[in-house]
Amino acid sequence: MDLVATFFNWPVLRGALPLLLEGLGITVLLGAVSIIAGSVSGLLVALLRLYGWAPLRALARVYIDVFRSIPLLVLLVLVYYALPFVGVRLSSFAAAATALSMVSCAYTAEIFRAGIEALPKGQFEAAAAIGLNFIDTMRDVVLPQALRIVTPPFTSNCINVLKDTALASVVAMPDLLKQATQAQALAANPTPLIGAALLYLALLLPLVRLVGYFEARHRAATQ
Amino acid sequence: MSTPGRPKGEYRNALNEGSPACGAVHISGLHKAYGRFEALRGIDLDVAGGEVVAVVGPSGSGKSTLIRCINLLERYQRGEIRVDGELVERGQALARVRAEVGMVFQSFNLFPHLSALHNVALGPLRVRGMSRADADARAQALLAKVGLAEHAHKLPGQLSGGQQQRVAIARALAMEPKVLLFDEPTSALDPEMVGEVLAVMQALAHTGVTMVIVTHEMGFARRVADRVVFMEAGLVVEQAAPDAFFDTPQEPRTKAFLQAILQH
Repeated sequence: MDLVATFFNWPVLRGALPLLLEGLGITVLLGAVSIIAGSVSGLLVALLRLYGWAPLRALARVYIDVFRSIPLLVLLVLVYYALPFVGVRLSSFAAAATALSMVSCAYTAEIFRAGIEALPKGQFEAAAAIGLNFIDTMRDVVLPQALRIVTPPFTSNCINVLKDTALASVVAMPDLLKQATQAQALAANPTPLIGAALLYLALLLPLVRLVGYFEARHRAATQ
Repeated sequence: MSTPGRPKGEYRNALNEGSPACGAVHISGLHKAYGRFEALRGIDLDVAGGEVVAVVGPSGSGKSTLIRCINLLERYQRGEIRVDGELVERGQALARVRAEVGMVFQSFNLFPHLSALHNVALGPLRVRGMSRADADARAQALLAKVGLAEHAHKLPGQLSGGQQQRVAIARALAMEPKVLLFDEPTSALDPEMVGEVLAVMQALAHTGVTMVIVTHEMGFARRVADRVVFMEAGLVVEQAAPDAFFDTPQEPRTKAFLQAILQH
């Protein structure tokens, strides 16, 4: 009985629910912004890394390596607490979105690069032979096929970005985790944390299942 | 295959629009090395507009490399290639030259995510700037011409090898090229599908388009080509009209090659 009152306290949960849902909204928004920004920039970095002018290619490689190595939490703290010293003062949302996007960009760039490199050379040759320019080759021939190949790892990366939004609570972002810890302090009861965990699961479990589906479909298509 | 040979030159005047130089290929002093291996060791070859040239020779003789140099899918170290007098080189003009030079690959290289129709329509749509409707109409007409009107909506994966190669030929034709390059177009096909592809190629010969065909199909070369070029070890060893080439080869290496081919 005590256990239920402590961890699954219905009145506490009901009281905290508006706060939690507000936090969930911010978590989803932050995740969506970071995923979109990280994907678009990741695609650009991948193309630079593969086809750019040599110095840009090197730069892209350095960017990818650095941002795959640095811990997200460290980057987040740097962006939020260190940049103000040089006059760059970002809101907690902007700081979190920036850090998440920069890291996601590096991972996405590697995913896209692998997908593009997995295409047979003959696809590029056939596109060249009919006189397609670079942009048309990418848009009509290469990217549609590469995107299909990378759907499982790409979706997997999107899940990681969504999960990593929880780190934003350290820069005072009122995201789901932050709201839950605040509600927990207010009510002196951990039920809101359980509620937050359940909300994270409700958000992410379907996505994880989706990755499994994509992987199965990809396996079937390549056999 | 037993299709009787169409009289050579039947369509040449009708479709050549009075421009005999159209689609001429000029190759001189061509050298190409992969590291220390010399694939081409000084090739000189002139192909007249509308001519059909079969390039034969043992594997590794450089014949595929040669035709892949014509549209610069392979870079080369020395020599030059001109199509209708225009130098084929890296840069702005390359896509324009490639649009005039169609290529059919051994492994088809169709775009697997696009239907047969959209494979064929892509070039006219993007490179020739045609409207979607016009490009699709041209693609549909070409697919009908290669006997695949019923299969226009299918993905390449749903077609047989012979059907895929015919789509690939239609795709090359959709650009209305002056020159068509065939890189062993039947080598990846099951034997029963070779005939349908050769029939399509034979129907194209002498319609005005210049054809350079790397092939192991000696019967086809003899029946359709205006000239047979024999390559070995990166050099053109001998070239002659088909009957002379097959009946009275001059070079010992040509004789040895033909003998080896005809023995099996």
